[in-house]
Amino acid sequence: MLLGLSFAVPLFGLLTEPVSVAHYLVVGAILFVSGIVCMAIKRNALGVLMGIELVLNGANVNFVAFASPYLQGTGSRSLGLDGQVIAVFVILLAAAEAAVALAITLNFYNNHATVDVDRADDLKG
Amino acid sequence: MDLATLLPQLLGIAWLLPLASFVLILFFGPKMGPHGRNAAWVATAAIVTSLVLSLVAFVSWLGAHPVTAVHHGGDHGAAHASDHAAAGHSDASDHGEASGHGDAAASHDERGVHAPVAYSGDWYTLYEGGRLKLSIGWYVDSLTILMFVLVTFIATCIHVYASGYMHDELHDVTDHEVTLADGHHLHRAGRFPRFFQALSLFCFSMMGILIAGNLAMVFIFWELVGICSWFLIGFYYERQSASTAANKAFIVNRVGDFGMLIGLMALWGALGTLHFADAKVVGADGQAATVPGLFSLVRPAESGHALRVPDGMVKFAAADKVARTPVAEVAGKIEAWRAEGLGRWLLFIAGVGIFCGCVGKSAQFPLSVWLPDAMEGPTPVSALVHSATMVAAGVYLVGRFFPVLSPDVLLVIAYTGAITLFIAATIALVANDIKRVLAYSTVSQLGYMMLALGVGGWVAGLFHLVTHAFFKSLLFLCSGSVIHACHTNDMRKMGGLAKVMPYTAGTMLVGCLAIIGAGIPFVIGLSGYYSKDSILAQALSFSQANPRHAILFYAVAGGAFLTAFYMFRLWFMTFAGKARDHHVHEHAHESPQVMVMPLLVLAVLAVVAGWTLPGGFGIANLLEQSRPAGTVDTTTGGFAFGQTLTIPAEYLSHGEPFHATATWTAFATALGGVLLAAAMYVWRVISPAAVAMVFRPVYTFLANRWYFDELYHALFVVPAHGLAATASGIDQGLIDPFLNGLAWVTRLVAGIDSWIDRTLVDGLVNATAAATWSAGTRLKVLQTGSLRQYVAFIAIGTVALFVIASLFFRASLAG
Repeated sequence: MLLGLSFAVPLFGLLTEPVSVAHYLVVGAILFVSGIVCMAIKRNALGVLMGIELVLNGANVNFVAFASPYLQGTGSRSLGLDGQVIAVFVILLAAAEAAVALAITLNFYNNHATVDVDRADDLKG
Repeated sequence: MDLATLLPQLLGIAWLLPLASFVLILFFGPKMGPHGRNAAWVATAAIVTSLVLSLVAFVSWLGAHPVTAVHHGGDHGAAHASDHAAAGHSDASDHGEASGHGDAAASHDERGVHAPVAYSGDWYTLYEGGRLKLSIGWYVDSLTILMFVLVTFIATCIHVYASGYMHDELHDVTDHEVTLADGHHLHRAGRFPRFFQALSLFCFSMMGILIAGNLAMVFIFWELVGICSWFLIGFYYERQSASTAANKAFIVNRVGDFGMLIGLMALWGALGTLHFADAKVVGADGQAATVPGLFSLVRPAESGHALRVPDGMVKFAAADKVARTPVAEVAGKIEAWRAEGLGRWLLFIAGVGIFCGCVGKSAQFPLSVWLPDAMEGPTPVSALVHSATMVAAGVYLVGRFFPVLSPDVLLVIAYTGAITLFIAATIALVANDIKRVLAYSTVSQLGYMMLALGVGGWVAGLFHLVTHAFFKSLLFLCSGSVIHACHTNDMRKMGGLAKVMPYTAGTMLVGCLAIIGAGIPFVIGLSGYYSKDSILAQALSFSQANPRHAILFYAVAGGAFLTAFYMFRLWFMTFAGKARDHHVHEHAHESPQVMVMPLLVLAVLAVVAGWTLPGGFGIANLLEQSRPAGTVDTTTGGFAFGQTLTIPAEYLSHGEPFHATATWTAFATALGGVLLAAAMYVWRVISPAAVAMVFRPVYTFLANRWYFDELYHALFVVPAHGLAATASGIDQGLIDPFLNGLAWVTRLVAGIDSWIDRTLVDGLVNATAAATWSAGTRLKVLQTGSLRQYVAFIAIGTVALFVIASLFFRASLAG
């Protein structure tokens, strides 16, 4: 029955396997898609910012997952921390981005007395 | 300082002073005192200084070459021996050789061959290249000096006179002869300095002709005189008549000058020189060499100054034979070719060509039409330019150029003079404008001079030139005085002026008596008596030597009668009888002293100019010193008119039987003319009106001046206008349409080109732009400005890219 499901539902087979890189990738993908959806459907600018954080962290999960020692070749002379280092960069950039984005949001609020991104269509072509 | 150095310096300075005056007045004239009043003083000072310098030159000349009575006959050469021993034919640049040269002249004298004394040289070479040498030089003999004294003296008188006559020009002038379009008379600023400026330039130009050492320089100053004449005739240039007269004088003179250019080219082309006299030059090898001038080329000393066709002209005419002859043999064959008559036509053309220039300048038939019209200028100009000096230039040049003129040319000159004197005298009979009578009288007297030169009377012609200059300028200044008083030129409105203008009437009577040659036969007479008698005598002598040309003598005798008649008609109409127009008569008054003084001075000279003092001093004997070599004795020659001409020696005419016949003829004709004039205008025995009625066709013919103006109008002016109209028609009818058609075609091509540009090229560009524009407009809607849509687009787009990439790159991804 499980075998039958494994053919019918994509990625179902993962549930029957021990935790591997693929599982991380799935979590990352879920986080990414959640973030995208959050950005696309939230009218509140803060919600959109949260969605951005989710997207970034989905990517971070991927970086860390691909840094798994199981995926590294035998001849590699790196420390095996490339993914983690990139992730830390992304966290750093996310913080900076959040600061700028919040500043823009505050300014926007000052000008329009709202944080509804649908009202921010001044750049309409 | 010897004469050869002194004379060019004196005369050169005398010549250049009026130029300095001209330049000064040109630049500073209007600043010279109120309205340029002092310009008259500048010009007068210059000409007076010139006169003084000329007189000094004259006296120096007399010191070196005393004028003595000339004895002709077997020993006539000896009379000149003293002259030649003193200087000979010398050159200023190397007077060291003059003694040797003088010896040569003296030895000529022993052979009885006359050679005149002359000094020549060059001051400055304008251009030298190939055979052409143009230079500013001098040729000074007694004729030059005499003419210098004459011109500067008369010019001085006229400067003084004009400073009075032209005073109207010192303030603004209202010219009553010019009516503007609005019906008012022209009101203009005075032009006092301008008048004296032109007068100074004229004096400079005239003296340039006199002193010129070569024909090129003569030609330069010839043209300068022409332009000065143009300035002065057109002085009142706002008057249509004045500007037309100025143009007429200038254009008619150009016709003559064209002939002169041909003569110059013939001479220069064949002989390679235009210098009158021999020149001593230092050649390239350091040797002094003598370059023969025109005079010695035509009359070489080795053949006794007999006229012959120069080698250059023979070779020129025999150019095809020269080409076929070995170079070494050419020199030996020249004599044979000369004997064949080669080159004599060239000499004839050269002489006639130069004479053409003189015809224009001296207003001879057929170019005489300009002189009467030239009376539009102010009267002092008429007196100076058109009676005493400028018109004298033509006669002077014939006299100067005399050695080169062959007997045929002389015959042409004689007949031209005869025709001129007759035509002009007949026109003067019926003219009523006082200045026109004098103008035609001038033309007639110039005809006399030309005729005299043409029949071999070298001294007679130039003697008459000098005496005529005195009495004709006197007559003109008198007429100016009358016009000044009466404000009219019309003699019919004058009459009885002798009482109100005694000085003018008296001096004019002297002038009239001088011009008709009045005198007591064989005792004494006025200046004209001597000069006219010598012309008559020479004409008679010529007529007897050449019976076929006896008409020349009758022309002279008849002319003398006509002259006497019209001059006394003028005097009687103006001064005698009763006033015809009281309005004119009441306003008439004697002229101011500054105008009367020159009249008195000139009157005295008109009386005495012809006298020969005991001891031989006199103008005729002075001129005799410069008689061209080879013209002392009777010569024969001529080919062009199918006969041999005899040019009788001039001294023969002083002897019997010619002298007595000529004197009685002159006396009788002059007396007859005066009596006829008196009968018609004083005693009223014959009514002029009745005569005019009886001879109506003749009278009309003469009053219309032989219809010369109409003839020239029909012959030259109308065809010229017709030619101009044709040319204009071709321009407008052919060239303009062609050009317009060309323009039209160009416009058409340009239109097509423009259509292609607008439609195709622009269309393509515009279409591109429009497509871009519409694409942009359509894509614009995607830019909604909604953040959430953008996110959705990014997400969807990314996914789509992945899907597409996975579709195309399935294999590699799988691999």
